[in-house]
Formats: sequence, C-alpha cells, structure tokens
Amino acid sequence: MNDPWTPYSARVVERVVETPDVVTLSLRFTDPEVQQQYRFACGQFNMLYLFGLGEVPISIMDYQDGCLQHTIRAVGRVSRKLVALEPGAMIGLRGPYGNSWPLEAARGRDLVFITAGLGCAPVIAAIRRAIAERDAYRRLIIMQGVKHSEDLLWQAQYDRWREVPDCEVLLAASEEAKVPFAWSLGMVTTLIDKARFDPLNSTVMMCGPEPMMRASIRALENNGVAMDNCYFSLERNMQCALGLCGHCQMGSPFICKNGPIFRVSDVRDWFLLEGY
Amino acid sequence: MAQASIAVHKLTSCSGCQSVFLNLGDDLLVLNELVEISHFIEAGLNNFDAEVDIAFVEGSITTPDDEARILKVRERSRFVVAIGACACSGGVQALRNVKDSVGWAGAVYADTEYLDSLAESRPVAQLVKVDLELWGCPISGRQLIATVRALLQGVPPVLPTEKVCQECKRAGNVCVLVTKAAPCLGPVTRAGCGALCPSFGAPCYTCFGASEQPNCDSLGERLVGLGIPQRQVAERFVSISSGLEPYQKAWARWRIPAKQLDS
Amino acid sequence: MDQSVFLPQGDFGQIFERLREAGYRVVGPAEQEGALTYDVLESADDIPVGLVDRQAPGHYRLEQQNHRRRFDWVGTAQGLKPWLFVAEQPLWVAREVEGGLRFEEVRETPVPTAVIGVRACDLAALALQDRHFLDGDYPDPHYRARRESLLLVAVNCHRSADTCFCVSTGDGPEVTFGADLVLDELDQGYLVKAGSERGAELLARLPGRPVRGWHKRRAKALRKQARTQQRALPSRDLRGPLYAARDDMRHWQPVAERCLTCGNCAAVCPTCFCHRVDEESPLDGSLSRAVRRWDTCFNDEHSYLVGHVVRKSAEHKYRQWLTHKLAIWHDQYDRSGCTGCGRCITWCPVGIDIVEEAERLCREVGES
Ligand SMILES: Cc1cc2nc3c(=O)[nH]c(=O)nc-3n(C[C@H](O)[C@H](O)[C@H](O)COP(=O)(O)OP(=O)(O)OC[C@H]3O[C@@H](n4cnc5c(N)ncnc54)[C@H](O)[C@@H]3O)c2cc1C
Ligand code: SF4
Ligand code: SF4
Ligand code: SF4
Ligand code: FES
Repeated sequence: MNDPWTPYSARVVERVVETPDVVTLSLRFTDPEVQQQYRFACGQFNMLYLFGLGEVPISIMDYQDGCLQHTIRAVGRVSRKLVALEPGAMIGLRGPYGNSWPLEAARGRDLVFITAGLGCAPVIAAIRRAIAERDAYRRLIIMQGVKHSEDLLWQAQYDRWREVPDCEVLLAASEEAKVPFAWSLGMVTTLIDKARFDPLNSTVMMCGPEPMMRASIRALENNGVAMDNCYFSLERNMQCALGLCGHCQMGSPFICKNGPIFRVSDVRDWFLLEGY
Repeated sequence: MAQASIAVHKLTSCSGCQSVFLNLGDDLLVLNELVEISHFIEAGLNNFDAEVDIAFVEGSITTPDDEARILKVRERSRFVVAIGACACSGGVQALRNVKDSVGWAGAVYADTEYLDSLAESRPVAQLVKVDLELWGCPISGRQLIATVRALLQGVPPVLPTEKVCQECKRAGNVCVLVTKAAPCLGPVTRAGCGALCPSFGAPCYTCFGASEQPNCDSLGERLVGLGIPQRQVAERFVSISSGLEPYQKAWARWRIPAKQLDS
Repeated sequence: MDQSVFLPQGDFGQIFERLREAGYRVVGPAEQEGALTYDVLESADDIPVGLVDRQAPGHYRLEQQNHRRRFDWVGTAQGLKPWLFVAEQPLWVAREVEGGLRFEEVRETPVPTAVIGVRACDLAALALQDRHFLDGDYPDPHYRARRESLLLVAVNCHRSADTCFCVSTGDGPEVTFGADLVLDELDQGYLVKAGSERGAELLARLPGRPVRGWHKRRAKALRKQARTQQRALPSRDLRGPLYAARDDMRHWQPVAERCLTCGNCAAVCPTCFCHRVDEESPLDGSLSRAVRRWDTCFNDEHSYLVGHVVRKSAEHKYRQWLTHKLAIWHDQYDRSGCTGCGRCITWCPVGIDIVEEAERLCREVGES
C-alpha cells in the first residue's frame, strides 16, 4: 500500500469521444492487486494524475468490464491533456474519496435528478444506479438544462431513459431561439415547476453550476420540497482530497472529506453566501 | 532529436536575462539537446531570420530599430515569450516615461546627436502579441526551466502571482519591514525570486513586477507612517518595474510635487 | 510523585548535554535579522542571554537587558510549525518506466529533535496541528514522522508581549500539557518539572537540587505577572457574532482597505495548515516530483476554480481568515483556531490586529 499521497499507476484502456471537448476514459490499475481491492460508491471521486503536470479530482462515472470510467471535460491545463489521452497512455490514480449519494436511504421514494451544464457526471452515475434497481424507487424524474440543445451529452441515453417505466425526462435549453420537440425553453428551474413528483416524499439529487443550484433550491422550496431531502455535489479547488490541504473548505465543510455530496439543509448558509 | 526550435532575442536591455540561459550550467547542455537553438547572439549563434517555435525576447522597445525587429520576431515565431522586467514592463529605462528624457540625455551624454530613441520605453506586449511573460530582473533559472519543460509538454507553465512574502516566509526569513522598518515592497511584488533580497536582510525592489491584488495605497501609507520620507517611498515604487500601473499610481500619490522638488 | 528539581543557573548546559547524549539535535532560540527564531544550536552558549522582545502591531524589536536570563523573551517569529509541517515538503516522485508510471514515496527519517524554549501557546497550537494532520482518515505521514521524533522543553512565560492574548483564549501563559520538561527561569537557576516519562528520565540525569519553598513562590509570582495582558478576545467562541457579521460585506470593508492580502498572518500563524501541491520536473523530464508548499487563503490560487476565483476580493479573503480562525474552527475541531500568540498582529506589515478587528465586528453586529 502506498502512503495516502502517492498515486498508483493506471492505464487508459478505452477512450470514447462524447463531444469535441468531452471524453470518457476507461482506466485500469497496472497492478491487478490494487485493481482487485478497489471499491467505490456512487458519487465518489478519484484524483487523476498526468506525468509532469499534476492531479485533478474527477467523479467516478461507472465501473464496467473491470474498468473505472471517468467523463472529463477539457477546461484547463490538466484536463485538456487528459482528454487527449489515447488507449495505452499511462496515468496515476488514487482514490476513491468522498461520500456517496443517499441511494439506500431514498428507497421507496420519488427520485428527482437535476443537472445542468457538464455538472452531470456525478448525477448520471446515480441515475444509472437507480435505473438498474428501478423497482426500489417510485417515480424517477430526470431534469437537465443546457445552453444549446446540441450540448446535451448522451442524447441517446436520455431517449432510452424515457422508455423506463414511470420515468419522466425533462430537458431545457436556455439560449436557443427555437427548441426541438419535447424540449422546454429556459433554465432548468422552469422544469421544476413542470415536473410531477410528490414534494413530501421525494429525494432530490443535484449537480451543476452554483448559480443554477441556488436557483433550483429556491424553485424546490417554492414547490414545497424540504431541504432535508435535497442533496447536491459541490466543487472547490482540491490539492489533496485527504482533508489536509485546506483548499476545499467552503466555510466549515471540507468538500473532499465531508462531501462532495451534501444534504442541502446542512450547508445551506455557506452555500448561499458569495465568496466562501 | 530536438523537440522544438528556439531563438533568444535582445532589444534594449542589459543582457542579464539572456545570461540566465548561459548560467544554467548542466541544464544548458540538456537544453541544447532538447531544442535546436537557432538564434542566440550572446552564445555565438546569429540567425535572426530563422523561423522558430519559441522566441524568448529580452529587453524593452526604446528605439525605432527595436520596433522593426520585434515585428519581425513575431512574424517568425509561433510562440513569443517576453523575458524579464524590460520586456514585460519597460524595465528601469521606462523611468524616462515619467520624466523628461531629452533633458536627461543631455545631462548624461556630451553629444546627443547620434542618439536615436523613442520617447517612451515600452514592453513588448504593447507592440505585438505576447504568449507568455516571464518576470524578473533577471528572470529565474528555475522558472525558465519550468517554462521550457511545460511548453515542450504542450501546456502553459504554472507561474505564481502570489506575493514575495509567501516565498519569504517559506524560506524562513524574518520580515525586515517589521524588525527594521525597511521599505520592503514584497507585499505588492510577484513571487519568483525566492525572496532573494529579504533572505540577505535587504528589502524587496519589485524585480518580478506587480503581484496579484497589489495594495500599494495601504503599503505606501504604512511606509510613510514608519517615518520614511514621502519622496523615497514614491521612488521606491518606480525603480525596476516603473512601467506598471499600480506602481505609477503609488508614485503619483507620494511624490512631492515637482515645484517643491525644484526649489 | 512530584518530579521537580532546581537546576542552578551554571548547570543549564547539562540539559543540553543530556539531550545530546540521548541522540537529540537541539533547537532553541537564536537571533536572526533582529528577531528570535528557533534554530539548531551547537551548545547552550548559543542561547542569547538578557534579550527581551518588544512587540506591537507590525513591529518587533529585540532589546539587550542587563541580566543573565535566557528565556525572558516572549515570542519567536515562528512557533513549532516549520519544524513539523515544513514549508516545502517533497511528497513523491514519478518516473516514466517500461509499462507504466512508477511512483516512489518520499520517506525521510527525521533527526530526533529537542526544542528548548517552547511556550504554552506553541504547545496549544501543536495540539491543534496534531488534530488536523494526525486525527483524520488520512494521517499525514510526513508530519507524523517529525512529530514522533520531537521532544519538547517548555518554558513558562514570566512576561507577556503587548501582542499576547493567550489568557483570553485559555492557552497560556502557563504550560499545562504537552511538554516533556517545563522550566521556570529564576535569576539563580531553573525550576525543572517533568511532564512525561521521557522528561522524567531526563530529569533524573540532571544534577538537580531539591526545590525550596521560595523557588516555588517566586516562580508562581512571575507566572502571575505574565497574566497581565493588554489584549483579550471578547469570548472563546465567537461563532455568534462572526456568523452574523459574515453576510454583510460592509463589515469587512474597512479592514480590506488596509489588508495587503500578503498572507503573512497565516504564514506565521502556528495553527494554519493550508498547503498546495506543486509539480516539478528537471529540464530533461526524467522524473516529476510532487512538492507541497505552505499556502494561504489570501492567495487567489487557493480558491481558484476553472474560470474564477471564489474568494477574489480582499473582503472575502480577510473574512475567510478571521472567521476560520475564530469561528469556523469550532465547527471543524471543537475549539477556536487561535491560541492567542499574537504573531499575526506583530508580523502583519501594516499592523492589522485580529483582536481589534474581532472586537469591532462584535460591536458592529451588537449595535445593528
Ligand atoms: C469532487 C469533484 C469532482 C469532479 N468531477 C469532474 C468530472 O467528473 N468531470 C470533469 O470534467 N470535471 C470534474 N471536476 C472538475 C475538475 O476537477 C476540474 O475541471 C479540473 O480540476 C480542472 O483542472 P485543469 O488543470 O484542467 O484546469 P486549470 O484551470 O488549469 O486549473 C488548475 C488547477 O486548479 C485546480 N482546479 C481548477 N478547477 C477545479 C475544480 N473545478 N475543482 C477542483 N479543482 C480545480 C486543479 O488543481 C487544477 O489542476 C470535479 C471536481 C471536483 C472537486
Ligand atoms: S490567529 Fe494570530 S494570535 Fe491566533 S494563533 Fe494564529 S497567529 Fe497566533
Ligand atoms: S485561515 Fe486561511 S490559511 Fe489559515 S487554515 Fe484557514 S483557510 Fe488555511
Ligand atoms: S492581515 Fe496583514 S498579514 Fe494578513 S494578509 Fe492582511 S496585510 Fe497581510
Ligand atoms: S482537497 Fe485538500 S482538504 Fe480537501
């Protein structure tokens, strides 16, 4: 076992281009023993390392065919290079870190998923898990907002989800003159008013840009949803993921060790303040 | 196999930044293997017209010749890196922007007939697009190595914008402003030198230019409050990187009006 | 078992000798650029005598006095932090090898180190750093290695600097825990008390004399003298007023105008733990090293997220620092993050005073 700071060697097994700046990488540890001992829960994240460049936190999307899957958007120094990796490329990986979505506790309830932008990765993982155990939950509501309808990742996947029994898929585009069939015009918050779910017996899971989540919190409250039943995944700069470097503090919570998933009511004050 | 070609150019400057290349020691040999050095007069390579991947440009633009040359350099280089206080901010010679340079020239030279200089000393970025700025007077060898390394990997280097104070504290120094009332400008100066002057007990001179969020008003007030004459405080801000706006503002605020100075 | 002895002034060097015999490198007060810092000492003679410090906001001066006491000063420029949570710590090294990346941990065997002169506030801060670096899910191996090789010889303060406020935080001036040996310095010598088993073993090997009643009475009086302090925080837990002040940026504006966002306060604060990880390669790219460096919440990069800085303004930065130290710390570590050492006040280049700011904020929210 390495000390907590030191990554393990891993390899890119597969690369799927999702959009021009988003790819999904399938990764496997070089050491089979490390691979075998690796366990994670839905909502956790890894630190991915590129030689000579550094580490970035990335959510775990899925685990398939013995590979960890990460969906990454090229936004900066490290992520651009990650997105450009070809199968066979070597990287460093350590994790998993953080807590997970309350999928167990939400059994028997309506599940409401709200995402926007590319903030969808952690929530998509939860949606897939919920659909895999469809019978455990009541209604499923999936709401996604994007700027332009063609920004939507995994269009086909959303189409498939529409076929799942008692699963409502709502999509919104905010910066489009004319939206396609079955889409709404506006922010994701406009969908919250449209969706049919039981506000008293639902668990909400959110992820996305902070202004969108602030607006969603207001819309949910207006619809009578208690913040005790709402969860979101948060981001702050992360240098360690170990609870040591102090960068991920958002007021009192450390995002890496107390999150990244929080019950909204637990951190509401910090989250609503600018500049923490 | 060389992974890229580079050129090292000089405009109006003291050659101190170029010397940082020459003083890299063993790393100079490594550099020579990693890249093809096409033009570097100080190292005996004269091929000004070569097209290169990365051009390092030292010096500020103070003559018509500098102007003509920087335009050519830009045309022939994929990536232009301005190196040093002169190239990034106009350098010490930008002092003439705030003073009457003709008068100075007359005071220094017996005959000014052969001087052919522009009214102002300007940073490279005022004439052409600069892709990266490496600050310092001179630049730091460590940052130079990190920059070459990063560019070869196809990413921008990570260069700090934090204050010299951060490096000073990491180096285990004692603050000379606090123990000796020294007029240290570390709190408004970009890190990069490793807090060189304070490590020898001397106050910081702004070699690496303005840091992020430089609060020159508050620092200047403090220095004046410590009993340092206003005029000294003003001049302190416009020494090496006088071309920078926050420093010029500080100078304007504390300089004693010209009238009073003349009398 | 009252494990105390009296060590005559002339025998002070014996503490040094015993520590070195036991394999310790000895660290103690030394003068550097007009201030005292902890440094490695060769012999007891390296400790300056008769020095006292004069501290005020943004001000530190040493003054030579006409006595032979070695510990009449109050505060060093840094506490124990640089000796445990070092300013620059290599973490691991990566190399590109056939079939993958090879990661090598950086493992150092720290030199056993004894620090002489440690104060109550230093020990309280150490306990807070222990809590942060050792008690979580991922104890830091680098901090731990240094921590385990540390021996502490503390000194009770007999004076306070004008910047001290440890009485109000409950962390001093008297040493109550955490040291192996505790000294009270009298003109004639030292009252030496063991605070741990290791300390007791050392004590047994010192040429100590029995402690007399007057030794004790004199030491007690001197300790009491140190309790007279000019500064005091309004209360130990300031969550109420500070959380009330947090929402309205007007409370933070006056201090933000003066604050240089230089981070000196956090760098000298013995409890601040923030650090970043830099990646460094030699020019030939043969390896890459992860190095952690002290960082502070006054840096933009500390709260950088792609495209923006969360705490951009000086208001946000100073608010993070002050509320973290005096309020948020309670939520995270069950007590305040301030031990009243006063370093942030002394070493702030513009003399911003955390106690004055806290008082102002309490007043302002009390009024509104
Ligand atoms: C818990 C968590 C899960 C995440 N999951 C995903 C995911 O599944 N897919 C995805 O594409 N992105 C994800 N992100 C965001 C991703 O980490 C950033 O986009 C990435 O760090 C940007 O690094 P960069 O070097 O490319 O960008 P630069 O702009 O060059 O950033 C420089 C450095 O700042 C830090 N940094 C910058 N932005 C962030 C950020 N948003 N979060 C944390 N550190 C940051 C990093 O140390 C980074 O190396 C996640 C972030 C967190 C905190
Ligand atoms: S906040 Fe200031 S007084 Fe308190 S422990 Fe830190 S440096 Fe000392
Ligand atoms: S006050 Fe700032 S530097 Fe200190 S521990 Fe808190 S966040 Fe980190
Ligand atoms: S309070 Fe003082 S030491 Fe701290 S960042 Fe502001 S100016 Fe610097
Ligand atoms: S990422 Fe370092 S403490 Fe959370």
